[in-house]
Amino acid sequence: MKRFCPLVLVLILAISVVVGCAQNGEEGKDEFNYPTKTIKYVVPFNPGGQSDLEARRQQKPLEEKLGVNVVIENKPGGGGAVGWSELVRKDPDGYYLTGMNIPHIILQPLARENAGYETDQVNPVALFQGTPIGLAVQPDSPYNTLDEFIEAGKAKPGQITVGGSGTYSGHHITLMQLQDKTGAEFQYVPSQGAAPSVQSYLGGHVDALLANSNDLVQHQDKMKILAIGSKERFEPLPDVKTFMEQDIDMTASIDRGVAVPPETDKRIIEKLEKAFLEIAKDEEIRAQMKEEGFLPLAMGAEESKQYINEMKDKYSAILEKVQAESK
Amino acid sequence: MPADFIAALSNIAQPTNFLIMAIGVGFGIIVGALPGLTATMAMALLVPFTFTMDAVPALMGLGGIYVGAIYGGCIAAILVNTPGTPSAIATTFDGFPLTKKGKAEHALVTAAFSSAVGGVIGAVVLLLLSPPLASIALKFGPPEYFWLSIFGLTIIATLASGSMLKGLIGGGIGLLLSQIGIAPLGGEMRFTFGLYQLQAGLSLIVVLIGFFCIPEVLSMIEKKFSQHDSINYKPQKGVAKGIISDLIKKPILLLRSAVIGAFVGIVPGAGGNIAGLVSYNEAVRWSKKPKEFGKGNIDGVAASEAANNAEVGGSLVPLMTLGIPGAAPAAILLGALMLQGMRPGPELYINYGDITYTFLFSLIVANIVMGVMAFYGARHVAKLINLPVSYLAPMVVFMTVIGSYAIRNNIVDVIIMILFGLVGYVTKKAGFHPGPIVLGLILGPIAENGLVQSMLMGKSAGSMFEVFFTRPLSIILILLCLVSAGWPLISNLRNKTPDKEADANA
Repeated sequence: MKRFCPLVLVLILAISVVVGCAQNGEEGKDEFNYPTKTIKYVVPFNPGGQSDLEARRQQKPLEEKLGVNVVIENKPGGGGAVGWSELVRKDPDGYYLTGMNIPHIILQPLARENAGYETDQVNPVALFQGTPIGLAVQPDSPYNTLDEFIEAGKAKPGQITVGGSGTYSGHHITLMQLQDKTGAEFQYVPSQGAAPSVQSYLGGHVDALLANSNDLVQHQDKMKILAIGSKERFEPLPDVKTFMEQDIDMTASIDRGVAVPPETDKRIIEKLEKAFLEIAKDEEIRAQMKEEGFLPLAMGAEESKQYINEMKDKYSAILEKVQAESK
Repeated sequence: MPADFIAALSNIAQPTNFLIMAIGVGFGIIVGALPGLTATMAMALLVPFTFTMDAVPALMGLGGIYVGAIYGGCIAAILVNTPGTPSAIATTFDGFPLTKKGKAEHALVTAAFSSAVGGVIGAVVLLLLSPPLASIALKFGPPEYFWLSIFGLTIIATLASGSMLKGLIGGGIGLLLSQIGIAPLGGEMRFTFGLYQLQAGLSLIVVLIGFFCIPEVLSMIEKKFSQHDSINYKPQKGVAKGIISDLIKKPILLLRSAVIGAFVGIVPGAGGNIAGLVSYNEAVRWSKKPKEFGKGNIDGVAASEAANNAEVGGSLVPLMTLGIPGAAPAAILLGALMLQGMRPGPELYINYGDITYTFLFSLIVANIVMGVMAFYGARHVAKLINLPVSYLAPMVVFMTVIGSYAIRNNIVDVIIMILFGLVGYVTKKAGFHPGPIVLGLILGPIAENGLVQSMLMGKSAGSMFEVFFTRPLSIILILLCLVSAGWPLISNLRNKTPDKEADANA
């Protein structure tokens, strides 16, 4: 037996060299072959939230279109910041995606010294869902129009409370924008999350509410909606005028999409973009979204990047102004 | 409506629906029993399937998981002193001492029976009393949340067991720990030491695992080496029957716990953990022998478990009638309802009466199914504790690592868990109970939110006094705080003689 050992060893070595060469050869051809293994799709929020549900809605169609497994993983914390900080440190191999929310990824690095990431590092693939932000008052409120509300905000500055979700969040910046454009002054009362702020409003603990379109649609019979932040009339709420229609030049929205780490290969992004946009354009999914009170979007990588830059300029101008005023 | 009721019952009786619900309950129990895996996660896993499912089986399955997981949390609480879900914190107080006495089955059967009773009561409350209770829930504004959390902090008096000073220090540490991360209102970074991972703050579950489980595992190992008697369980006959007839004789305990649980559940944001703790506190307060608690009293287990399962029904009250999810798992149910095109609110009962009532009735049935499963499983589950320490300890540690990672998929959480485990081991030796620390951690954010929001309201209204001290519900809560904080004095004066008698009898 012992005599055979060297021979067997040599054989094994020979085989492995041949196989190794063959593999090297394949790699050398630089054939673009993606995806070939499971893709991790991280949601930087808790399970059950809107970002989570959207990702789970996409999971099965994504698997069909990409031909590999897609695993959803929640990595919540810091209003998404922990998930995005992780994303920008990952290998750009296309197997690690993270849901991205605008304006979160713009406002967090602007508002915090050390958010853990920069807006430019979040590499967008697509935007697929929007929730325009609307302004509503109590059904028995004396204000029936946006004008009346603004006038009241000028007449009694800081005496009208406006509820919303979070500080330096989409709702907060919307109110800052409104105050900046009109000169009115309101007292912002933030809650931790959209659901608690809606609850606080329904209980009558605040005079007015900034809310996402899905919450507005859901609770529309318990509120007077004065304006909505979409560019055009929002289909599920056809009677609500936009801010622009009422001569206040602003839009306000929370938009959801997906991103990859910085410096990801263009071809990988294209492949993912195609899959996500196909799902976003699916008629059945679009109908579902509208039913739930969302605005279906279908913006590709380049368009998303432009949109983010545009919003970033706008928001940093507002924040600078507010911070200068408070000093 | 009667037509809806009949439709509901026949829906539930359908074999496939019933089976999906029962599987949901079983799955929920397993997930709940594993520390770090929560009801919310288990339900989120099912969500993609519900896209293609009919509304009835989808909702029944999700409801089953919710019910099962909240019960399942007690298993780890009783066997290894680790709340499987935060709801089971108070279950550890007497459940684990029972296990130490070799009475794991006693504790598990108590938990099974009281969970089922509490769960059914909670579901009945949801079925019959939703609209009036939901309007009470809405009355809870920022000042009420503030006072509610102050009331919660008075429980420290009960949890401190022995040294009030150590209890208060523990509570203070808990409150401080809750400050780590981004300020909930204001957005400043606090105590993150430049680590982006700490922006998220400490996860309650991670701290729970660290503080409750690791010290226990360490002392398990310690005992093995010092050759002391180790924990074991010997099957006895007639335990189940004895426990149940014992519990049936205490209808007030079960009813009070369930009512507390359902009521806490109705207040959005106050979850099963607070329900269990408040109910445990009341059980101690109203007991004739308060000194027996914390040493293995089945009443303690019953109080916690009846309350946290009643909380399930309660937490769905604001969801079904107002569309406000009262707890994280309820948020997933909201998503599932919306996907089916069903918008919560009064129209849910009118337009989708058959589906809605099917779901509500199925919660009652799910609680009974859970009770039966838990009841028959108790004896087998209890045997787990008989594994030799050399197997059990590594297994438990393995689970704690997996669990603390799984909660947010963050490796920093594992490090934090181990760190708190070691700290917990030392503080336990120094006579600190983890209860007050965890209580501070749970209530800190609620108190802070309530305080800051109330102050903003006060600033806008021009009077802080008006906001904090003149609202009717706030006044009630302030009175409750005063009574609760003063209770040790009151009971000392009142119960001097009976207490001595109890001691003499014991």
